[in-house]
Amino acid sequence: MTEFVSGQAQSASGQAQSAFRQAHSDIEHELPAVAPLLIRGAAPYGEDAVDVLLADGEIVAIGTDVVNHPAADGAEVIAGAGLILLPGLVDLHAHLREPGGEDAETVASGSASAALGGYTAIFAMPNTEPTADTAGVVEQVLRLGHEVGLVDVQPIGAVTVGRRGTQLAELAAMASSAARVTIFSDDGHCVADPLLMRRALEYVKAFNGVIAQHAEEPRLTVGAQMHEGVVSARLGLGGWPAVAEEAIVARDCLLAEHVGSHLHMCHVSTAGSAELIAAAKARGTHVTAEVTPHHLLLTDSAAEGYDPVNKVTPPLRPQVDVDALRRALADGVIDVVATDHAPHARQDKETEWAAAKPGMLGLETALSVVVAAMVETELLDWRGVARVMSENPARIGSLTDHGRPIAVGEPANLVLIDPVARWTVHAAEMASLSQNTPFDGMELPAQVVHTFLRGRATVRDGVIAGGAL
Amino acid sequence: MGTPDSTARTDNAASDVSGAPAPSTESHAADSAHARSAHAESPSTEQSAPQRAVILSEADIRRTLDRIAHQILESVGSDDAAPVLLVGIPRRGVPLAQRLAARMTTFTGHAFPAGALDITLYRDDLRGRPPRALAETQLPTTGVDGLTVVLVDDVLYSGRTIRAAMDALRDHGRPAAIRLAVLVDRGHRQLPIRADYVGKNIPTAFDDDVAVHLTETDGFDAVTVERAL
Amino acid sequence: MTSAQTTPEETSPQRQDTVIRGDQAADCQADLDRGYAELPRHLICASDLTRGAAIAILDTAERIDQAIAGREVRKLPTLRGRTVVNLFYEDSTRTRISFELAAKRLSADVINFSAKGSSVSKGESLKDTALTLQSMGADAVVIRHSASGAPQRLTNWIKGTIVNAGDGTHEHPTQALLDAFTLRRHLVGGAAGGNATAGGGAGGSTSAGNSVEDRIGRGLDGKRVVIVGDILHSRVARSNVTLLHSLGAHVTVVAPPTLLPVGIEAWPCDVSYHFDTALEGVDAAMMLRVQNERMDGAFFPTPREYTRGYGLDLRRRALLAPGAIVMHPGPMNRGMEIAPAVADGEGSVVTEQVANGVTVRMAVLYLLVSGEGADRV
Repeated sequence: MTEFVSGQAQSASGQAQSAFRQAHSDIEHELPAVAPLLIRGAAPYGEDAVDVLLADGEIVAIGTDVVNHPAADGAEVIAGAGLILLPGLVDLHAHLREPGGEDAETVASGSASAALGGYTAIFAMPNTEPTADTAGVVEQVLRLGHEVGLVDVQPIGAVTVGRRGTQLAELAAMASSAARVTIFSDDGHCVADPLLMRRALEYVKAFNGVIAQHAEEPRLTVGAQMHEGVVSARLGLGGWPAVAEEAIVARDCLLAEHVGSHLHMCHVSTAGSAELIAAAKARGTHVTAEVTPHHLLLTDSAAEGYDPVNKVTPPLRPQVDVDALRRALADGVIDVVATDHAPHARQDKETEWAAAKPGMLGLETALSVVVAAMVETELLDWRGVARVMSENPARIGSLTDHGRPIAVGEPANLVLIDPVARWTVHAAEMASLSQNTPFDGMELPAQVVHTFLRGRATVRDGVIAGGAL
Repeated sequence: MGTPDSTARTDNAASDVSGAPAPSTESHAADSAHARSAHAESPSTEQSAPQRAVILSEADIRRTLDRIAHQILESVGSDDAAPVLLVGIPRRGVPLAQRLAARMTTFTGHAFPAGALDITLYRDDLRGRPPRALAETQLPTTGVDGLTVVLVDDVLYSGRTIRAAMDALRDHGRPAAIRLAVLVDRGHRQLPIRADYVGKNIPTAFDDDVAVHLTETDGFDAVTVERAL
Repeated sequence: MTSAQTTPEETSPQRQDTVIRGDQAADCQADLDRGYAELPRHLICASDLTRGAAIAILDTAERIDQAIAGREVRKLPTLRGRTVVNLFYEDSTRTRISFELAAKRLSADVINFSAKGSSVSKGESLKDTALTLQSMGADAVVIRHSASGAPQRLTNWIKGTIVNAGDGTHEHPTQALLDAFTLRRHLVGGAAGGNATAGGGAGGSTSAGNSVEDRIGRGLDGKRVVIVGDILHSRVARSNVTLLHSLGAHVTVVAPPTLLPVGIEAWPCDVSYHFDTALEGVDAAMMLRVQNERMDGAFFPTPREYTRGYGLDLRRRALLAPGAIVMHPGPMNRGMEIAPAVADGEGSVVTEQVANGVTVRMAVLYLLVSGEGADRV
C-alpha cells in the first residue's frame, strides 16, 4: 500500500499530506500485489464510454485504445458496458459503534456496508464507548479500519470530553495523532454552550480543523420524538421543532463568521436551515453543510404506525422541507450527502417509539436514495452525484486521495454503478449487523456493481470481493 | 329502529319474492352458516326460478294468531293462574308478541303486556363470525318473577334460540313458568325443545329456506318457503 | 353515513305503531349493518372508527344497558371462556376497574398484568411481554401505556384484539366513546336537551319509555361541544375531537396557547383561547384535568391565573345552552379547572360518565372480541 503513496502525493495539490498516507506509513501493512484491472466501456460520470486501466493503485490510462497500454497486458478485464464510473464515494458521517457497541455494528461490518454502498472512505463519528475524545481511541478506530481494509476509515474526534459539552477534548492531540483528525464533532449531542462552541471553532484553526455541529437546541427538544407539526399533533408524540435546529444553525454561522473558522453543519433537515446557510455563504462565512439520504426521500408521515425504524435525529420533516433540501443540494447550498449511518441493535428498535434509539442505516442505500431523490428528478446529473457524494466530502474532510477526478495519475478509488437496475431493499440481507433501515421492502433505483479501493476490488458484482477481507 | 336479524342472508331471497323487500329468515340460532351457503348459490338459481311457495297468507296469519291467542288464554290465561307476559324474541318475534297480546286483550277485555328479549349475548355461535347488532330488550321494571312468560318467535328450527332465551330469562329472574309460541315449526330440532303453541307445522328439508314477512318489519304479511334445489 | 340525516322519521318514537314501508326500513337497516361491518379489528384510536362503526358501538351499549337493566344477575355469558388481559403500564385504577368490570360482566376470564413502575428502558420489554401474553392465549389485551403508540406496536406481536386504554399523549378511544354515549343520551332523541337519563347510567329503558329507540342509529349531528384544558398532553381530547367530529358534532377546543399542540390546525375542530366566548350556547362543556406539574414547563404562570382564564365556575356555567351538560373524564382538580359547585351541580354528568364507561367497554369487548376469528374489513 505504501508504494502508491509517492504517486498520489504528486497529484495532491501542495496540501499537507493526507492523514491516510501518513497513517498507512505509520502502520506496517503490506498488501499482496494487485493485478492490473481493465474496465471496458464504462461511462465516467455517465458521459462517453471509455476504457480505464488501473494498475499500482492508480488510474494509468483512460481512452479507447487502452488495450494497447503496456500495463494492460495480462490485466483482468471488467465489463463496464452500461455502467457508470464515479470516484469512490466518501461518507462524512457514519457511526461504526466500535468500540463499545459491537452488537449493533463493528468497524468490519460497517466497512463492508460502506464498500457495498460504493464508498471508498468513511468518517467514523466519535460517539463510541469510550468516546473517541483522545488520541488513543481515534488511533484504535483508525487501526481497526486499516485491518479491515475495505474502505479508508477516518476517525472524527469529539469536541468535548465525553461529548458532555462542558470541557474541550484534547483536539490538538487528536489532530497530531496517527489518525490526523481534522473533523471534530459531538454528534448526537449539540455543542449547545455558545461560548464553548466559539472556543472550539477558534481552537481548531491552528490545524485547519472543522467543527461539525449537530444542531439541536436542547431546551427546545426536551421530550422530543418527531418533527413538531400536524403529524406529531395527531400521534401525540413530543415535537422536535424546526427552530430547535435553525436557532443553532443561525448562531453557529454567526460564530463561525465572527472567528473566521470552518463550520460544518451535520444532517441539515429543514428549509429554514438551508436558507440560513445560503445567507451565511453569501456573506462569505466558511460554512459547509450535509444532508442525509433519508431527509431527501422520507417525510414525517413515516411516523404513522409508530415503527421506530423511522425514528431519527434530526427527525424526518414534512414534504416542504424535503423539497427545499433537494433544491439546496442541487444549488450547492448544501455541499454533501452524508449517510448518518446509525446502526442499532434489535432490542433498541423493537420497542415503543419513545423508548427506541434514534437513527437509521444508510451506507448500503445512500446512492440509490440519492438517485431516486435527485437524479430521477433531474435535480442532479452524475457529475453532481460525484460532487456531493465524493468530491465535496473528501475536500471538507481533507482526504486528498479520495474524491479525485477520474484522470490518469489519480488514485484508483472508483465505483461502477448500474444506473438502470432496480432492487428491493431487504433489511435482513444487509452487511450491517443491524437491520434498522427505513427502506426495507422499498424498490430503489441504481445498484453498485464494483467498488475499487486503490485499484483493488472491494466489491465485485455486488458482493464483497473474495480476498478483499 | 330494529336491528338486523341473526344473519345477513335475507336480501337475496327478497328479490325472489314478488319484489318484496327483506323477508325474514327462520330462527336466529338456526345453522346460519349453512343458510348463508345456500344463499351464495342464489345468483345461479335466479334463472331456474326457485320454487318459492306462499305457505301462509296475510289472512292465514291473522287466523293463526287468533287461534294461538285463544290457546294461550285457555291454558294459562285463567284468572287464578300466574299473570302472563308475552315476550317476543327479536326481530320478528317482537311484533308477533305484540299482536298476540293485543288479541288476548281484545278477547278478554283486560290488558296483556308484551315485551322483548334479545338473546344475541346468549348465543353459542358467536365465535368466528362478524359482530352482530343487538336488538331491543323490553321487560317490566318489576322483573319476571312469578310470571308465566310466553316466549314468542317466528320460526322454530334448531331450538338454540329458545335455549338462549331461557338462559337469558333465568338471569332476569324466576318466572313461574315458561311457554313457547311460534308461528312456524319447521322441524330439524337440535335440542330437546318443543313449542306449546304452533301456528303451522311445515315439513322442510334441512336446507329449505323458510321466510316470515311481517308488516311491522317487512311491509307485508306472508310466510314463504323456498325449496332447496 | 346517511343514517343520521334520514333517521328522524325512520326512528320515530311511534315506530311500533307505525307501518314502516319495507324499502325504507331496509335502507335504514343497510346503513346500520354497514356500521357493524366497518368495525375494526383493534381499537387503537378514534379514527379507527367510521361514523357507522362508532354508532354501532353506541347502539350496542344501549342494548346491553337494556339487557341488564334492573337485573339481579348483571352478568352475560357472551365471552365465556375468553381471556382478557389488562396490561397496565401506568397507574390508573379507574380505567382498569372499568375494563375489568366490563370483561367480567361478559363472563371473560380477566388477568390484570400490572407493569407499573417498570420504566420503558428497564425490566421486560413490551415485545417480550406481548409474546408471553400471546403464548398464554390472550383473546384481547387492554393496554394502558405511557408511550404514545405502544398499543399500535402491540398489534405487531399479538394475534388477539388490542384495545387502547390510553397511550401517552396519543389517544384514549373508549373514553371518547363513553363521552359520546353520555352526550347522545342527554342531547339526542325525543327528549333532546331534556333529562333522558334522569335515572343515571342504568338508563330508564323499560317498556315505559321509548327514548332508547330515538337514539339508536343516530349521531351527534349539530351538537356543540367545547373541550377545555390541557389539549397538548390530553389523549382524551385527541380521541374526542376525532370521534365527536365523525359523529357530526361541532367541537371547539379551548386552552391557553401553550397547551395547544403545534399542528392543531389540521384537527377537525375550532380553536379558541377565550373561554367565555367559546362557551356561549354550547350543549356540553368537557373539562380536562390540568396537572400542577405543567407549571414546571412554564405552560402557565400560576394555578390561580389558569383558573381565572379557563376554570369552569358558576358564572361561566350560566353561559351554556339550556339543558347543557358538564363533563369531566376524572379525576377532577376541584377548584382548578372546575368549581365544586359546578362539578356537583345541575347538568354535571361526571358520575354518570363512570357508569357509562363500563357499558361502553362491554360493547367494545363484545363487538371486537366475541366474533374472534371472523374476517374483518
